[in-house]
Amino acid sequence: MTEGKRRVFTNARLLDPASGRDERGALLVDGHMIADVGPRVFADGIPRDIEVIDCRGLCLAPGLVDLRVFTGEPGEEHKETLASAGAAAAVGGVTTIITMPDTDPVIDDVALVEFVARRARDTADVHVLPTAAITKGLKGEAMTEVGLLKAAGAVALTDGSHTVANAQVMRRTLAYASSFDMLVMQHAQEPTLGQSGHMNEGEVATRLGLAGIPTEAETIMVERDIRLVEMTGARYHVASISTAAAIDAVRRAKARGLPVTCAVAPYHFALNENAVGAYRTFAKTSPPLRTEEDRLAVVEGLRDGTIDVIASCHDPQDQDSKRLPFALAEDGVIGLETLLPVSLELHHNDRVPLLDVLRALTARPAQLLGLRAGALKPGMPADLIVFDLDLPWVIDPEQFRSKSKNTAFEDRPVQGRAVMTVVDGKIVHRHGL
Amino acid sequence: MNAPASINFSHRHLLRIEGLSVPEINALLDLADTYVEVNRQVEKKQSVLRGRTQINLFFESSTRTRTSFELAGKRLGADVINMTVEGSSIKKGETMIDTAMTLNAMHPDVLVVRHHDSGAVELLSQKVDGAVINAGDGSHEHPTQALLDALTIRRRRNKLAGLVVAICGDVLHSRVARSNIHLLTTMGAEVRVIAPPTLLPRFVDRLGVKVFHDMKRGLEDCDAIMMLRLQTERMHGAFVPSIREYFHFYGLDKEKLARAKPDALIMHPGPMNRGVEIDTVLADDIDRSVIREQVEMGVAVRMACLHALLLPAANRGANVERLRSALFGP
Repeated sequence: MTEGKRRVFTNARLLDPASGRDERGALLVDGHMIADVGPRVFADGIPRDIEVIDCRGLCLAPGLVDLRVFTGEPGEEHKETLASAGAAAAVGGVTTIITMPDTDPVIDDVALVEFVARRARDTADVHVLPTAAITKGLKGEAMTEVGLLKAAGAVALTDGSHTVANAQVMRRTLAYASSFDMLVMQHAQEPTLGQSGHMNEGEVATRLGLAGIPTEAETIMVERDIRLVEMTGARYHVASISTAAAIDAVRRAKARGLPVTCAVAPYHFALNENAVGAYRTFAKTSPPLRTEEDRLAVVEGLRDGTIDVIASCHDPQDQDSKRLPFALAEDGVIGLETLLPVSLELHHNDRVPLLDVLRALTARPAQLLGLRAGALKPGMPADLIVFDLDLPWVIDPEQFRSKSKNTAFEDRPVQGRAVMTVVDGKIVHRHGL
Repeated sequence: MNAPASINFSHRHLLRIEGLSVPEINALLDLADTYVEVNRQVEKKQSVLRGRTQINLFFESSTRTRTSFELAGKRLGADVINMTVEGSSIKKGETMIDTAMTLNAMHPDVLVVRHHDSGAVELLSQKVDGAVINAGDGSHEHPTQALLDALTIRRRRNKLAGLVVAICGDVLHSRVARSNIHLLTTMGAEVRVIAPPTLLPRFVDRLGVKVFHDMKRGLEDCDAIMMLRLQTERMHGAFVPSIREYFHFYGLDKEKLARAKPDALIMHPGPMNRGVEIDTVLADDIDRSVIREQVEMGVAVRMACLHALLLPAANRGANVERLRSALFGP
């Protein structure tokens, strides 16, 4: 092992949700690794051969770990490649992205997991960790080769934006996956209740004349799956939770000691169904934007820890997929470049303490997948961000690195932005520092 | 001989009733009233829209609405072109937006658009330079239908405020119901919706209506009864067990009608399913049914809407009275 380049980040507000650290200090990077961290690092002076980055009092935190990212590679490279997703992630302060298997072809085979990992290694600026499909072709029928997929590098199982609707298939998957300690991530929407709808079933849908997706579609699936977790003991994760009732179901499952976790997309705590307005397809998501009561329940779930993770649910769509009548438009909102600032609204609005917000973006997702990431600790890979907590700016899709521009947050004034992103000790994004 | 009237209506498009004010609705109805008289003359041709181009762009088949808009435009002197999905490039895979942009390049002054998806007309209106009239979009709105229904009722009762109007049947899929609910509640009428729960939007009460599942109770003391067509083409799966059962509980027959006011108006936006939602005898009862009158009002209302959207600002300042006096003398 060769001695790497040494670099010290001084004058930083060290924010480490894993240890609860929030104090002024410095962090030393040696090659790819964090070598030392704390208030006393080089407090008496810095040796000459070390590169110094003066953080000027800005925040230094672990890079974000994004548990739910859709890309277009392979199959729909015009929407997003692993390279463009990586570039967007770097700008957004995301150092690890977990990719969904909903590509063409579907990532349901060892060779395809290896393909994604290899393409990412060659082209992307950040860590890209593929998930594999639960069922072949995302059809909800035949189980994939769970053990071999894990060995090939798949970090979790999920059918992405598809739901494993068949209870027997889900039961067997959970039972089988538990022996490999694989996390099973479910897009929880009972299809017979949800499929014909296009937005939340509520007053807005009634006014717009759009078929609705009732909150019960999610609640029923989450409650069913919790029963199956009770049967099998598998680690189960709701990939994108959106309703008060489903959050409550997870809360009760956790209280009973079941290995159930969940994630939420920023749009589910920053927006409600009113964002659809007059048929804005950029506000068409799955699960759909819900009522204000549901939004408040999401915030409360983040505050009390019922919701473990904030994931961008980055889902790039081009103009042709969105510039359509609402019912025909694709679901999805991009989020890699807005994940941090929109999540920081929770802190700025005094809803969730800063370290708790960051934990849901770093330490917690890393822990769910058993990754060596998400902590400012000596010996961990140097995946870091420096961010200006208070910097005001306005979200402008034209500035996005992502190939697609389908954000639900256009023109939203936000506070907080990554000014430097470091992956494995290498600076992959630097803006204003 | 006529002089263009002006009307206080400052919207660029007519996409929905929701959001229109009482004075705006009254202005459209007042203007339509004058056009009812025009249409009953032997000489019906006006020159208000001379030199203007109207394109009726129908992505969903329709005979009566398209004909009504076509007549309305022609009677006002516009050049009217009909475009339907059949025989157009839509079938060749061109998107709705591309079609709109292509037509837009031909400088139509107004596009009258019908589409089977909610919100499609609104989307199209964002991409064109001229005025757009929504001739029905999915299950969203059908503003001119609500206006012609209101005109029909107003001419019979001389008011809308305080009346009790029942809307019966497939409210879930009905754009006519939504536009009528918005218009009638805005004008101060009491609106009741009568349907089985499976044919009502779950939160329909938030639109300010009273909900009834028992048709007889819902019809008590109604001034007008609007029957809706059962839209089997929009239904995926079972909403009602059978046509027989539906007619038994929700079809308008003599017995149920007896609960309404003795002179209650029977209305239907057409096309009717006789024996499904309405008894044939009642539909043809000239004392009660105003169904044919609705069709007549339709042309007048559409003339008023075209007029309101297309009359150049320079001509504003004249009023409806000027048209009236020009037509019928002082």
